[in-house]
Amino acid sequence: MPAHDVLIIGAGLAGQRAALAAANAGVSVAIMSKVHPVRSHSVAAAGGINAAIAIDDDWTEHAYDTVKGSDFLGDQDAIEIMCSEAPGEAMHLEHIGVTFHRNEKGELDLRAFGGASKKRTAYVADITGQAILHVLYEQLMRHHATVDRFEEWFCTSLILDDDGECVGAVARDIRSGTMEIFNAKSVILANGGNGQCYKPTTNALICTGDGIAQAYRIGAPIMDMEMVQYHPTTLAENGFLITEGARGEGAHLLNSEGRRFMEDYAPNKMELASRDVVSRAEQTEINEGRGVGPDGQGIYLDVTVVPRKRVLEALREIVNIGRDFAGTDITREPIMIRPGQHYIMGGVKTDVDGRTPVEGLYAAGEVACVSVHGGNRLGANSLLDTLIFGRRSGEDAARRGAEMAMPHTPASRLREDAAMIDEIVKRPRTGRRVSEIKDELGTTMNEFVAVYRDEDGLNKAHEIVHRLKEEAASAYIDDYGTVFNQDVLGALEVGYMLDCAEMTIVSAIDRKESRGAQYRLDYPDRHDEEWLKHINVTCDGDGEPRITYSPVTITKWEPEVRKY
Amino acid sequence: MAEFTLRLRRYDPETGGGAYWEEHTVELEPHRSVLEGILQAKARHDGSIGIRCSCRAAICGSCGVRINGHPDLACHTHLGHAKQHSADGVIEVEPMGNMPVIKDLIVDMEAVHWKKIRRVTPWLIPKLPVPERENIVPRESMVDVTQSMACIQCGACVSDCLSMEVDPEFIGPAALAKAYRFVGDPRDDQHFERLQDLAEDPHGIYDCTHCFQCIEACPKGVAPMSQIMRLRRLAGNDFDIEDINNGERHEAAFASLVKQYGLLNESELLPRSYAGDSPLAKFKPAAAAELSSSLPAIAKALLRRKVTPGGVLKPHRLPAADRKAVKQIYETVEGRDERREFNIYISGRDEDLT
Repeated sequence: MPAHDVLIIGAGLAGQRAALAAANAGVSVAIMSKVHPVRSHSVAAAGGINAAIAIDDDWTEHAYDTVKGSDFLGDQDAIEIMCSEAPGEAMHLEHIGVTFHRNEKGELDLRAFGGASKKRTAYVADITGQAILHVLYEQLMRHHATVDRFEEWFCTSLILDDDGECVGAVARDIRSGTMEIFNAKSVILANGGNGQCYKPTTNALICTGDGIAQAYRIGAPIMDMEMVQYHPTTLAENGFLITEGARGEGAHLLNSEGRRFMEDYAPNKMELASRDVVSRAEQTEINEGRGVGPDGQGIYLDVTVVPRKRVLEALREIVNIGRDFAGTDITREPIMIRPGQHYIMGGVKTDVDGRTPVEGLYAAGEVACVSVHGGNRLGANSLLDTLIFGRRSGEDAARRGAEMAMPHTPASRLREDAAMIDEIVKRPRTGRRVSEIKDELGTTMNEFVAVYRDEDGLNKAHEIVHRLKEEAASAYIDDYGTVFNQDVLGALEVGYMLDCAEMTIVSAIDRKESRGAQYRLDYPDRHDEEWLKHINVTCDGDGEPRITYSPVTITKWEPEVRKY
Repeated sequence: MAEFTLRLRRYDPETGGGAYWEEHTVELEPHRSVLEGILQAKARHDGSIGIRCSCRAAICGSCGVRINGHPDLACHTHLGHAKQHSADGVIEVEPMGNMPVIKDLIVDMEAVHWKKIRRVTPWLIPKLPVPERENIVPRESMVDVTQSMACIQCGACVSDCLSMEVDPEFIGPAALAKAYRFVGDPRDDQHFERLQDLAEDPHGIYDCTHCFQCIEACPKGVAPMSQIMRLRRLAGNDFDIEDINNGERHEAAFASLVKQYGLLNESELLPRSYAGDSPLAKFKPAAAAELSSSLPAIAKALLRRKVTPGGVLKPHRLPAADRKAVKQIYETVEGRDERREFNIYISGRDEDLT
């Protein structure tokens, strides 16, 4: 049985940063991921990472922009930590080898991004996430003696001991089908969000909410799940991401009249208002008949106003995406986009050191909710979130590990999880296919739990998800093998996704106001007296979601009317 | 909507049987990807089809496969295009080459690709002391290494590397492109040591045969072979590393023979590669040893009339006017103050410049 001071599940930016921080503190570390680490979804983060490093910038301005972006639902103590530590983290990344673009003086170059009052986004062309992820993996290879990597291992559940402390996890080696118990003093969840609950989504196929659901099932509270970000520029064709960097470099949004309609919604920031604001504006244009394309369901993103040389140098990836996936040369003609599901602001509730209310369990990155993003995340704050709180989790878990003995892990859990997988493999082919359930979930969420919501739609979604949960219990698969049985893992993932979707829906029904990404047509105003609080969902004894509330931490900035 | 038939290479290691082909028909628009086709077959017909995939947008590098015999990402190839380029209207998808197959379309990247990546000390060895703020480096240098940073480690170049087929120990295109990412990075402290290591290794930079397969294969424009050639230019020209593999001398001989004759003079190439770039090289002991050990090959070539005794004594050459034109190319390139290197992030592709 592998035993480590710190076990990290997920190997994107948060997980790898946590592993390196914990290893640096001198404890034994294991990092596990269901895909090879460089396949993690952090690789898709395009635009950059925010840090107040310019001479005329200050982290308090970054913090204020973040608070305002969150529609005042973000916890300001956590936001202050993230923004004040951002410059140091950016420098650390530069020192270990991230190939950030430079200005003419050779210093880090900064680009404009949505919701920011200054240029403060450091970047590597439009492959920033990829560049940072690959450089962190370089460091993991360098520290191979102190960090054990378990690549292509699938965590099936978290383990609690008799005192209710998290003492490890059960996992399956995807390649061999072998099950193993991983014993650990602390477990850090870093396995991302649940964007696959939506169809379409910018998120990768692996973003199935595994960590959120697994934490939920052992009693951890899940916070802000109603806050689901729709990115303003996803390819109308198939929902792929077009980086906000495009608008940061000056691209325009145009409606069917060829007009920059953002002047009606955010006259000061125009295309660079917060994402929730821009996505709502686009959806309003589309709903009111000013959309473009054959079915009027799109908006034009016009990149041709950005100098061609600059596009080729700094937006190379979206040139490729336009060419390969939409047949459009974005340097010559506008490309059709629309709002699309992109990010889950909610997640496992943590403090500023990544600790969840379950002793021994940490979370960092999209799986977690600190909450620094509140009702709406600013572009280029997600990479920052993963790195700052990944590092802090790793450091805190290492401190904890140094002070305690290796806990006892009940071996019976291995048999339980093996039996759970066995049961799925042996199901009769009488129910629905797992893939059908996933499909129906995705289209349901995108129809009823999207940019605009109302009670009727949310209730309908709730009913459907309830039914899908029942159907999933008997849904069958085709693969009976043990080597790379992706089919059976897919069945487990659908279970996680249904849990996450249910949490999102019950939270969205509960929040009877409009704030950030949650816009209720039946409650169109923000209501601070009643709703300046986080919604927490926990799993009660019968496996049903139960709602509680927690206060929003305010340090410097009282809620005010939000205008861009 | 159109119908496409996929012919997938299946292999299940648990049955004890060999690999086999299996056809699935899917319904999608022609500009949807081969990956989407496979995922539809998986969702509707057979969930046991094995393929790694995640982002669907050519960023994560998971779904490297061979389509109609050519390596690419399954998500990066349109169904319509693939059908057009198939032999019989059926899109053939099989696992990548040069790596052992684990199941269906899934290969063992760890055993080959990642092992080779680890061979090149794949992390920055920073100059000391580390500054408090960022390192101040030229803007161009960071744009330059971004091309090799754009590698998504999909393995498409490894799949079809011809040198690796012959020499499985060849470090290979992906790992050498990764090496350039450090050699080209002004913040790295070990440029010379890295280059010497890669030049002296018999499976290193001079093991590449310049076949362009990896450039063709790369879905991200990394152009691994170009990075290998840049490593050679840096090692040979800038750091004057004369390797034990005679790689540097071979290149010098090659270049000066073409400059002189406008064509390659094969009988001169070998002695010069081993004994220095001069017409007198063939009389030196280093060349003699190499020539005598190559005698069987030379004899066979003479017997099969691939070379003639006359040709050896009087080498073929271009007409004078053409030789002059070739020389002019050399003069233009060598006369530049700075060596120009191809980089899509700086110069763009040909079609981008119009």
